[in-house]
Parts: sequence; C-alpha cells; structure tokens
Amino acid sequence: MRRVILAVTGTVAGLVALLSFKSHSPAIPAVTTSGTGMSSSPSSGGPQGSAGPAGQGFATGAVGAVPAGERAVTGQVAGTAYGPVQIQLLMRSSTIVKVTILKQPSSTIHDLQLGQFAFPRLISETLTAQSARIDAVSGASYTSQGYIASLQSALDTRT
Amino acid sequence: MDRTGIAPRLRHAEHVMGTVVSFDVPAWAGGPDGALGAAVRWLHRVDATFSPFREDSDVSRHGRGALALADCAPELAEVLAACAAVTEASGGYFTVTPGGGLDPSGYVKGWAIERAAAMLTAAGSAGHSVNGGGDVRCAGARGDGQPWRVGIADPLRPGVLALVVTGRDFAVATSGNAERGSHVIDPHTGRPAAGLASITVTGPDLGLADAYATAALAMGPDGCGWVAARCAEDGYQALAILPDGSMRHTPGFTARLP
Repeated sequence: MRRVILAVTGTVAGLVALLSFKSHSPAIPAVTTSGTGMSSSPSSGGPQGSAGPAGQGFATGAVGAVPAGERAVTGQVAGTAYGPVQIQLLMRSSTIVKVTILKQPSSTIHDLQLGQFAFPRLISETLTAQSARIDAVSGASYTSQGYIASLQSALDTRT
Repeated sequence: MDRTGIAPRLRHAEHVMGTVVSFDVPAWAGGPDGALGAAVRWLHRVDATFSPFREDSDVSRHGRGALALADCAPELAEVLAACAAVTEASGGYFTVTPGGGLDPSGYVKGWAIERAAAMLTAAGSAGHSVNGGGDVRCAGARGDGQPWRVGIADPLRPGVLALVVTGRDFAVATSGNAERGSHVIDPHTGRPAAGLASITVTGPDLGLADAYATAALAMGPDGCGWVAARCAEDGYQALAILPDGSMRHTPGFTARLP
C-alpha cells in the first residue's frame, strides 16, 4: 500500500513538473473540449487521434464504479502555475490500470492539450522510477521549490 | 547495529544552499548530537559563508573588496585555490566570476557535500549517500550491503531517468539546462552554453566532479572529450546527453553502468 501512495505522489508531482516544463512545447496534438472544463477528448479527423494512450485506459471526467479486484487511489490536489490538478488512479495489485483527471486546469485549450499530453506519459514514468530501484537522482540543480516535484523527493519519503 | 541483517536507516531532507540536500544515513547518525546534525550544521555554515546571494557572506564581502581574504573563513582560500586549478585545466570554461561578481558556487556545492559525506565517514558510518540538489556523493555500501544506484535524470523528459550508475565510493555531478533554464554561461562568448542538454561527471571527489561538469557543459559537444583528455587519469568520467537525446561518454564511463 505504501508503494501505491508513493506512486500517486510521484505522478502528481511529475504532472506539476510537466506542466511547468512543457508549456512551450509546439508538438502537442490539438484537442476539442466539451465546454465543461472537466472532460476532453482527442479531436476527430486528425492524425493526432492515434496519439492517445492505447490500452492504458486513460480517461477524463468523473470516475465511475470501481471494478472488482481494483481500487481507486486519489491524489491530493496539487497547485500548479496553470491551476489546481487532482488525479485518481485505478490500481490492480500494484499496477496502474487507469488514470482519471478529477481536477485539471481548464482556463484555455492549451492547458487541456497539456493535460492530454502529460498523463499517458506519466504512467510509464512513475513505473520507471519505481522499477529502477535507485537510491538517489543526479540531475541539473533544482531549487527548493523544484525539489517538491523531483524524483528525489519521492525517494526521500519512501520507507 | 541490527545483527539480524540490515541496519535501520534514516532519511533526511534539509533545505539549505538554495536547494534541498537529501541524506540516506545509518539511523544511529540521527539525533540532535549525531553525525547527521553536525553535517547539516556544516552545510548551513557553508551557506552563510559562501552564498553570493547573501550580502553579508564572506564571498560577497570579499567579492566587493570589503573583506581581505586573510580575514575570511579559512575555507575560502582553499576553495578559491581549487577553483583556480579547474579554471586553468578547463582553459577558462570554469570561472569563479560567471556573472561578473565572485561566485564560486560551481565548486562550492559539491565541495560542501563532499565534506558532509566525509564527516559521516569519520563518525563511523560505513555507508551513506548525500544528494545536494542533484549532486550525489555515495560512501561505502547502502543499507543492504549492495552498491549504490544513482539515477541520472533525463534532461529531455522531466521525471524520467536516462540511465543508472552504480558504485560504492564515488561522486556523481550533473550540469544541465533542464530546470533552471540556461544558467551556464560560456565565459568566452558571454552567452548561454548550447550543445548539450546535460553532462554527468563521475569520480572520486564531488567538488571537482561538480566543477568539471560545469566546465564541460559550457564547452558543449567538446566537453566529453575534455574530460577524457584531462580528467580521466584522475578517475573522472563523463556522459553527455545531447538535445536530440543521443549520448556521448568517455571510454571509462561504462564501468559505472550496472
């Protein structure tokens, strides 16, 4: 259970990092929104439709009933430069099978594009950090603020 | 010591020197009078003495000519001498005046972490790691007796590791443009260094590894070749990640791979 909580922490922290770093990325597929600010879907008619996370159960909007054998883990709301973000993971054993965005920045189309782009990648990233069994992370210097979103902070809070 | 096997460990994250320093130490090193506390107090003393962001630090006062070197903390002369050697070895790519004023931070952080790790060793620790904002010093073995594993952050994909290096007594320093923007200036052009997304230097001393990484990043694509030519004989190796994701490394770097 400890690992699961760490995974949620890491994913939320990673999202914050991605929102911070990818704000100028030009190569993000366009999406359309339903106008509620909560749900979004890949736009039809473009090549970007294939950019979705096939097979990973990526979804947005309110979470439904939790299937038998799985459990939902809800992350804390993380403040980002683009607004509050909160996600929920559906876990089967120690595997993330679905990521649901409970709260995401919705002020502009660009923010939603970031959300679409960020979450599928974060799934593999979180698992990558877990499976590498590392003791420390070396990288370009982080500030005290950046530490909060760093992999190192996830390592420091593990037991 | 837990005689049944793995001794209890203690993790601690200290906000100091403008970053966070993470410790992984034997649990007995904790406590107000323990070796961990002494190492933490040392880092705060370094911060007060060497920070270029504090008007009253020895570095700031010496930099603006208000305090003679002889009147500064004795470590400042030691640090400046070490920096001068790296400046010469790097052909000026490492400098203690990267922004004009005196700022030896490119060496000081690694040097301070190196000393903190040495303090823990002197206190009897057979295994610990100290990570100062991405610059890591590993000593001895980790808690389960295995070599330390240090992940190298992928500068192109935040949150992802590019690779893992392992070892027992070694330092790992990485310079890059990932988090703080292009903060390394090529002193020969006055412009941000381009050409490498990040460069990681491994070796016996974290202060030097830190300074070498700073110099090599400023050199750009030639940085790895410089480490191989000038630093490898002293035990330093480098791996560079280029903006397209490809990697270059010194021939000896592969010995650090798992």
